[in-house]
Amino acid sequence: MIGFATRRFVQAMIVMLVVALLSFTMFRFVGDPVNQMVGIETSLEERESLRERLGLNDPIPIQFYHFLSKAVRFDFGTSYQFRQPVSDLFAKRIPATLELSFTSALFALVVGIPMGIFAGLNRESPVSKLFLSVSLIGISLPTFFIGILLIFLFSVTLQWLPSFGRGETVQIGSWWTTGFLTVSGLKALILPSITLGLYQMTLIMRLIRAEMLEVIRTDYIKFARARGLPDRLVNFRHALKNTLVPVVTITGLQLGSIIAFATITETVFQWPGMGLMFLQAVQNVDIPIMSAYLLLTAFMFVAINFIVDILYFLIDPRLRVGRP
Amino acid sequence: MPTVSNEEAKAAVQDRSGAQPAPGRMTRILDSDFFHAFLRSKVTVVAACGTLILFLLAFLAPWIAPHDPFDLASISIMDARVPPVWMDYSDPRFVLGTDDQGRDLLSGIFYGMRISLIVGFCSVFAAAIIGITLGLIAGYMGGRIDALIMRIADVQLTFPAILIALLIDGVANGIFGSLDRDIFAFYILIVALALSFWVQYARTVRGSTMVEKNKEYVQAARVIGLPSVIIMARHILPNVMGPVMVIATINLALAVVTEATLSFLGVGMPPTQPSLGTLIAIGNDFLYSGEWWIAIFPGLALALLVLNVNLLGDWLRDALNPKLR
Repeated sequence: MIGFATRRFVQAMIVMLVVALLSFTMFRFVGDPVNQMVGIETSLEERESLRERLGLNDPIPIQFYHFLSKAVRFDFGTSYQFRQPVSDLFAKRIPATLELSFTSALFALVVGIPMGIFAGLNRESPVSKLFLSVSLIGISLPTFFIGILLIFLFSVTLQWLPSFGRGETVQIGSWWTTGFLTVSGLKALILPSITLGLYQMTLIMRLIRAEMLEVIRTDYIKFARARGLPDRLVNFRHALKNTLVPVVTITGLQLGSIIAFATITETVFQWPGMGLMFLQAVQNVDIPIMSAYLLLTAFMFVAINFIVDILYFLIDPRLRVGRP
Repeated sequence: MPTVSNEEAKAAVQDRSGAQPAPGRMTRILDSDFFHAFLRSKVTVVAACGTLILFLLAFLAPWIAPHDPFDLASISIMDARVPPVWMDYSDPRFVLGTDDQGRDLLSGIFYGMRISLIVGFCSVFAAAIIGITLGLIAGYMGGRIDALIMRIADVQLTFPAILIALLIDGVANGIFGSLDRDIFAFYILIVALALSFWVQYARTVRGSTMVEKNKEYVQAARVIGLPSVIIMARHILPNVMGPVMVIATINLALAVVTEATLSFLGVGMPPTQPSLGTLIAIGNDFLYSGEWWIAIFPGLALALLVLNVNLLGDWLRDALNPKLR
């Protein structure tokens, strides 16, 4: 177990180093950092001294080392657009993205799992077939178009829910803001969370259905039924439990793509999160924000992957056999 | 006039003698398991017809579209934001209404679908070339090269394709500057999409190459002293193409969606060469003022296209995978 975890950890560190190198290359070589910081009237001498002060004349490996040691302390330099430290900008926007991602993951699980169980147990029922067709449509509709359709239906036509922003937020502690505590905040969460979570929901539903179909064919389920155990017990205690292993993995991995797809949802709903800021950075070539976003999301992905690997190992005893 | 049975007999003879003229091959395709399985699945037949129709509409757009949205002389700003024909204040010239500049929406959708599909095909093709080449090299050479290529693939797989495409687009923005960007947008988009989707091909091709390279025909080719490049390209490649076709079909849908998403986000095709995503982005600005058709119709066209291609891809995957029958 410790050997496995160590190996995975080393792999994760290598991935992070590679991403850091990419992010550094982007930061250093796409556009000239000095040109971005000074005005047109700055003299050549001043530029040169700024270059020296920023350490841009040092050998590249040393620059990379400085970049890394700063990144570890969450110092990603100054945004070209906002003239503010990138880390402050991110700190302000992380709560919005995390609350949105969390709510949509919750939505995907709470709706997707029961639908999947039902479709798996009642394979031939018309309701299951309806679920499947709806999920196929859900997979084929691009995220941003789902958002537009929801806005058109619930904000423009029915005028029930807001179409942009987070509503009123409440400050907790020094930097966290939450929309969970106000009515307008909760209302503002509904449409973006559904937009973001719909794809994951269909994915989870299909996964659970497939796993259920597989599990109820196994001998131990047949035996449990032969013993005369009530259906409820067989379905939930015996069958469902064994379908959960892949669900944990996929949900974990999907958490990463939820954060990535949040970029799209945040743009559609003008949600003031990291994704929207990243997109604006891409449009305006704000390299410090882009490289910081790359590093941050990479870190989240790698951390999630690592935790899922370890969880997988803990949940499924079969994996432990035969591993050193 | 040869009868059907004659035709089949001829095909059988020709099969044995090794010659394959066109009618024999046609009969064989129509009589194969593959084609029968295709006819049995009604959904797939519908999806195939739908895909064909949409492709035709897209690629024949310059000839069948009622208006030319790029012909400035035929566009009048007076026709801007005309609703579809079944609504009040509509104009019979514009079946689905017009956009903010008075361009016919139906024609815009045909042309937009054409651009979306061209970008989709090109990027799938480019991704396949990169992926197949690296996969063949990794699988055939093995050792360090294999480890290096596969580690890169692993790292990339941890990130969603859309994020990678966005980053590449951002970097290209920085290099070219936003003025030149419109000219290069098409190529940047294809590079971004190709670099986001090559991994799947590489992994699949590597797997099948590792199986194929131990077979006798490869050993024979090696014994007669053929260079590795020829063995890979001429002998192994044709035998690993099956799964590649499936991935390519599914990836076409994915590439079209990703392209539309990037264009919607404003980093894909520019408004001067609008793809479906660009059209939706333009329409999105008018959603609140009640002109819903500018965004919704291109969106429905996109969804229809993706749904049909997806259905086809799903079926192809099951049909070519004997384990699932």
